[in-house]
Amino acid sequence: MKRSTIYRWIVIIALVGLLEVLCLTGVITKITMQPPHRIVMDLYKILVSGSLNKAILKTFTNAASAFLLAMAAGVVIGALLHRTRRFREIVNPLLATYYAIPVFAFYPLLIVLFGLGDAPQILIGFMLAVVAVVVNVLDGLDRVPRVLLKTAQVAGLGPIETVARISLPYAAPYLLTGAKLAVAYSLIGVIGAEFIMSRGGMGYEINFAYTNFDNATMYPLILLILMVSVLLNMGLARWEKNLMQKRGLR
Amino acid sequence: MSGAVQVSLSGVDKIFERPASAGGPVHAIGPIDLQLRAGEFFSVVGPSGCGKSTLLELLAGLARPTRGSVLFEGKPVGGGVVEGVGVVFQEDASFPWLTVHDNIAFGLKRLGLDAAERKRRIDAALAMMGLSNFAGSYPAQLSGGMRQRVCIARTLVTKPRLILLDEPFGALDQQTRLLMGDEVLKLWRETGATVFLITHALDEAAMLSDRIGVMSARPGRIIDLVETKWPRERDSRIVERAEFGEVTARLWRSLRTESMKSMGKMEEGKAGEGQ
Repeated sequence: MKRSTIYRWIVIIALVGLLEVLCLTGVITKITMQPPHRIVMDLYKILVSGSLNKAILKTFTNAASAFLLAMAAGVVIGALLHRTRRFREIVNPLLATYYAIPVFAFYPLLIVLFGLGDAPQILIGFMLAVVAVVVNVLDGLDRVPRVLLKTAQVAGLGPIETVARISLPYAAPYLLTGAKLAVAYSLIGVIGAEFIMSRGGMGYEINFAYTNFDNATMYPLILLILMVSVLLNMGLARWEKNLMQKRGLR
Repeated sequence: MSGAVQVSLSGVDKIFERPASAGGPVHAIGPIDLQLRAGEFFSVVGPSGCGKSTLLELLAGLARPTRGSVLFEGKPVGGGVVEGVGVVFQEDASFPWLTVHDNIAFGLKRLGLDAAERKRRIDAALAMMGLSNFAGSYPAQLSGGMRQRVCIARTLVTKPRLILLDEPFGALDQQTRLLMGDEVLKLWRETGATVFLITHALDEAAMLSDRIGVMSARPGRIIDLVETKWPRERDSRIVERAEFGEVTARLWRSLRTESMKSMGKMEEGKAGEGQ
């Protein structure tokens, strides 16, 4: 293990340890927060009892839908924009300022349009994630060396085949960077939307627990979200690292 | 050794359109009349920017001539894939996400061969380019010379009858270049294909070729055709022969003024840019 990794774990463990001590000694009151070991135990209980399985399943299914939609649309839009120079020139400044838009502000509008079901939440997650994918796909496609495209031409590949077999594989590490962001944004979008206006999901349950001082539900759910998000991100990062290593880039 | 006419260029001009604000159209090459015989090793030398690569792109079907015609085995070439023609570029064109084996197999995907024939061709190309022990490696794990061999092997599997090489050793050191030259000669003999090599190295052209076309400064035209009369069985030791010096000297005689012109143009260009 690298020295920096060891230090990182030491810092994380020390912080959790400190939190544990502060909770156990009463510096942080029980009503504010449970000690970390209790949070883990409560999470275990919740998962075993299955009481919140429906909410958990709903959130992760919606986030996964938002993520997959964002990846599919992001790759297609990115590839199309890359081919149409003029349209890209028009759209580029919009992409650059996209994250200045508070997407959640559109949530009421989406509810009016799509009702109180899952669609508005998925859409919010999608809207947050898709542009990160588009930007990274464009970045990757811009870097494809001209000689590889000429090679494709000599081999008789058409435009779509060239994108599928040359440009996108070349751009794969950038695509994974986009995917990492898309995972985070999908979760943020879906859970955030559940907080604001929803009748289910982890965001809703956390909000419900919070208003009822139910720390035994609120913190474990926060921990679960944290764990899933970090694990997914680490998995993608490892994949990205493998790709880069194969190409001698890292 | 060299047979019938395989490639024929007649009255070929290539003009790149550019808006007047960017200096107007560029007459890159032409008019060029040239015939390549089946099975010969033909090299083109010329000053920088004389349109050598443009000429190769016309032969590869990557570009269309503005005027004139390019025929490969009697059929017109231009703006499309030419069956039977393989290209190796100067830059590293290996696919970094594929193993050496898969890089080479890429060339075959469109040919619709059965698995046994594919395997036979890939194994033969691996062996010929000395890559058999590296089939599972990724390009990043190989040296520049070996990556270039991967690209040559990827072209070889398609069994091209005309192999176009665009300064394929330009990025390699001198010793590796000499040795790669030997390998190209071996490959040329074993495949029986016509080789069309673009190079800026006069010694490389003199050592490898049956005939050498000398190109003028832009617009590039063939101003001299030098026949070396080397035996088909030859290698880099040909540089020891007295005639080698004569060939190289003749190339330089033809090229010197053109290179100076080209350099002068480049200087003018730079001075112009500075104003």
